[in-house]
Amino acid sequence: MRSPERPLSPHISIYRWQLTVLLSGFHRLTGLALAAGTLLLLWWLLAAAAGENAYGVFEAFLRSPLGLLLLFGWTASLFYHLCNGIRHLAWDCGWGFEIKSFYRSGWTVIAAAAALTIIAWIAGLAHWS
Amino acid sequence: MVQFSLPENSKIGTGKTYRAPPGARRVREFKIYRWNVDDGKNPVIDTFEIDLDDCGPMVLDALLKIKNEIDTSLGFRRSCREGVCGSCAMNIDGTNTLACIKAIEDVKGAVRIHPLPHLPVIKDLVPELSHAFAQYRLIAPWLECESAPPPDRERLQSEEERGKLDGLWECILCFCCTTACPSYWWNGERYLGPAILLQAYRWIADSRDEKTGERLDALEDPFRLYRCHTIMNCTKTCPKGLNPGRAIAEIKKLLALRR
Repeated sequence: MRSPERPLSPHISIYRWQLTVLLSGFHRLTGLALAAGTLLLLWWLLAAAAGENAYGVFEAFLRSPLGLLLLFGWTASLFYHLCNGIRHLAWDCGWGFEIKSFYRSGWTVIAAAAALTIIAWIAGLAHWS
Repeated sequence: MVQFSLPENSKIGTGKTYRAPPGARRVREFKIYRWNVDDGKNPVIDTFEIDLDDCGPMVLDALLKIKNEIDTSLGFRRSCREGVCGSCAMNIDGTNTLACIKAIEDVKGAVRIHPLPHLPVIKDLVPELSHAFAQYRLIAPWLECESAPPPDRERLQSEEERGKLDGLWECILCFCCTTACPSYWWNGERYLGPAILLQAYRWIADSRDEKTGERLDALEDPFRLYRCHTIMNCTKTCPKGLNPGRAIAEIKKLLALRR
């Protein structure tokens, strides 16, 4: 019960930023980014269905610096959310709850997501024309 | 509700500074959250300079020194001074722990001390915990049995059954974990938080308890249990080295398995 005249003790402004809360927050943010990125996917499909001109507009946008940036953010989000999602599945099985393994899996997810993003972009850019 | 900023009456200002006595050689700053109802003002951070050569090793020793020698009005809870009562739980250097077992040496630079996060403040480092204890009552933290006990002895457990309670019974309800949990910050009205869920699991895991099903029913709720998103600030901060994050996962597992 909170009496109105009492102050609320500080929380997020004073709590130490640590891997635990950062990766969890990042999971949620990348989830939001993926939901927003679905619009890009939708545009792609609609443009493909609408014919050559519409597709040309879409392609020109994707090849612009902003388009590439969005695409990069989307792929990075996808791989992070995917890897950390697997981590969540392990937790749902009751695995990986020791702080040591929790941190190890956290760093592994970061490394794996970064590696997959880079590989995807190398593969993508190799087919750039 | 997620609200990152503090309400107007909770915004923190700068308070007084109490200098170390002349000749002090190993001076450390203690920056301590202060608020009391009589001032009618917003909370402030007071700075106390303490000579570590003339102070005990733990953060609680420094708080006692301040209260005894510098400012008797400093409010904080403490009792056992050895990590078994849970009274002196507070936020020290950004994480929640017990002041009595937190060594000053382990903090780099100024020692920043706040009350446990996201709770109404009664005075200085003393937070209001009635809501958390009401949530504790909700999970019925006692043995629930329908069968009559043996006439001549206690209800016995095998060593293995008793072993399942290790890592659970040691919880001292200091609420370091619960108030370290962002989910509890935003949804504490309805989410039970790690301390209470660990306690709930302590009774679910007890071989003598006969109300396991009802206990699980009471937790199968989007808010009471499932606001846990495995952030793990709880386990990271527990001063007793327990694992509330795992206890919550075990409850989720039991609920999934009984479907």
